Amino acid sequence: MEALIKGPAYVVGDAVDTDQIIPAQHLVYSLSDPEERRYYGRYALGGVPPEGQGLPYGRRPFTPPDAFTSPYRIVVAGSNFGCGSSREHAPFALAEAGCAAVVAESYARIFYRNAVGGGFVAPFESAGRLVARIRTGDALVLDTRAGVLTNETTGETFLLKPLGDVADILRAGGIFNYARRAGLIPA
Amino acid sequence: MTITEKILARHAGRDRVAPGDNLWVEVDVLMTHDVCGPPTIDIFKREFGARARVWDREKVVIIPDHYIFTKNHHARRNVEALRAFAAEQELPHYYDVGTERYKGVCHMALAEEGFDRPGSLLVGTDSHTCTSGAFGMFSTGIGNTDAALVMGTGKLWLKVPETMKFVFEGSLPPYLTAKDLILTVIGDIGCDGATYRALEFDGEAVYDLPVHERMTLTNMAIEAGGKSGIIAPDRKIFDYVRARTDAPFEPVYGDPDARYHTFRVYDVTTMEPVVARPHSPDNRAAVSEVAGVRIDRAYIGSCTGGKLEDFEAAARLLKGREVAVDTYVVPATTHIARQLHTTRIDGAPLYDVFERAGCKIGKAGCAACLGGPVDTFGRTHGAEVVLSTTNRNFPGRMGSKQASVYLASPLTVAASALSGAITDPREALV
Ligand code: SF4
Repeated sequence: MEALIKGPAYVVGDAVDTDQIIPAQHLVYSLSDPEERRYYGRYALGGVPPEGQGLPYGRRPFTPPDAFTSPYRIVVAGSNFGCGSSREHAPFALAEAGCAAVVAESYARIFYRNAVGGGFVAPFESAGRLVARIRTGDALVLDTRAGVLTNETTGETFLLKPLGDVADILRAGGIFNYARRAGLIPA
Repeated sequence: MTITEKILARHAGRDRVAPGDNLWVEVDVLMTHDVCGPPTIDIFKREFGARARVWDREKVVIIPDHYIFTKNHHARRNVEALRAFAAEQELPHYYDVGTERYKGVCHMALAEEGFDRPGSLLVGTDSHTCTSGAFGMFSTGIGNTDAALVMGTGKLWLKVPETMKFVFEGSLPPYLTAKDLILTVIGDIGCDGATYRALEFDGEAVYDLPVHERMTLTNMAIEAGGKSGIIAPDRKIFDYVRARTDAPFEPVYGDPDARYHTFRVYDVTTMEPVVARPHSPDNRAAVSEVAGVRIDRAYIGSCTGGKLEDFEAAARLLKGREVAVDTYVVPATTHIARQLHTTRIDGAPLYDVFERAGCKIGKAGCAACLGGPVDTFGRTHGAEVVLSTTNRNFPGRMGSKQASVYLASPLTVAASALSGAITDPREALV
């Protein structure tokens, strides 16, 4: 996890489930093959209905058609982000597209855990509803140590909820590195 | 302590645990399937080495079920990866596609094969792994990275959940099924109403349910965001398990003074058949409120809706009649598929009942429950309105983002298939 994550925001609504984050038909690609894994970046957030893609505007795909990476680095979402299936392909797809952090009002449990365990994206929780305060494309700076999100486009600053125990796992780069450091599995 | 806390304490080697405690627990069974198995194996090899062995061959169960009857090259390659891994690791519990051993939907298969045992702890790379909790055990869905760690060490890091208890009193009227009960709960508490928590089900109506119907309650704990669902085991469970495995098990029960986050009592005699409207399982309505909505398709299948009990319920209504819309019938497992031929209603095998009613009958597996490759049986491709016995109806879940999926019991789905519009099963039941 980088100390400072900078980049444009991509805003979606409530209950964006894992089928919207990565539709089931795309789960067939290998996650380790360098050629194939890029498709997760191409289809990340591809299941969001058009009117919800890049709020408040809509019809702004996360990854441009035919591209493999997204210009957006921070996803801003409403409540229960990542509900639905246990597919780790979901946080993987966001990371593969180039996203480094999600700032949501709340998360579904398995998505949150997968995001942390694989060290894919940092899942921050906002204290209030940012979906109405941040627009897709706004320039954001996320200070991951202080837990502060700044919207440089509007000048607003938001204090996020502390990451708690999981910050160490994210800094280690995932649960395996963390478990090695804790001596649970041999280094 | 609750039953969940006691099971977790036992698997962490502790006398007591409390909600919020972080524990390393010993896993009894790790299940994976064709979608999440190959990436789990990749992570396992990356982290433990190309020659690493799984922690316990007897405890790893691999059940391909999601993308089976498809020409999709990548999907077939996933199954080949599982096959190669099972051979390399000499795994006794691999249920290969295209063989006699092929089972179908993993959660139902785990029960049928005796892997669900009271007091045990099972994890799987599928969010509906919470289904196994119907056997009085702790079970939960995990991601590939966690699963790879379990594969190598047999250990999982987890936080003890608080428990929400739901008691269903009274005896279940013939027009209701487990699906109506759980959709009612999810409608009440919302899709994130149980996030991080365990749901525990109790009451006369729950214990009257056959084993597989109880699994519909625990299966859909995840649809309320729950970590797990559980029902304390009784004689029906013990008989079911003993008929399938010689493995020993030790039932666990909650203490009388256990503390619950929520305690909610329902009187089932006053409950109504319900649906979940598009596009969320918590978007509940009484069937009477949406009656008359035209449907293009009916679908009876999946781990919660493709059980023998679901087909028996549907056949009660479809017998001797013809469906008015495309109706898909997909048994969850090959065992259930065989039962369609051997189970009769008024002398006629269920299979014949469905065939004569004009249903399309598919092969055992997940099929269109989660959309899948374009050639998947029953998958939506346009703006179909579907009434389905599956468990999830987020946008695009059954294939097409434009489709509208309603969830309901097999009785409601069958009654509606006959009329072509959402219909209260009480009107069709005689
Ligand atoms: S039937 Fe549906 S819900 Fe059940 S395991 Fe398969 S895809 Fe998942």
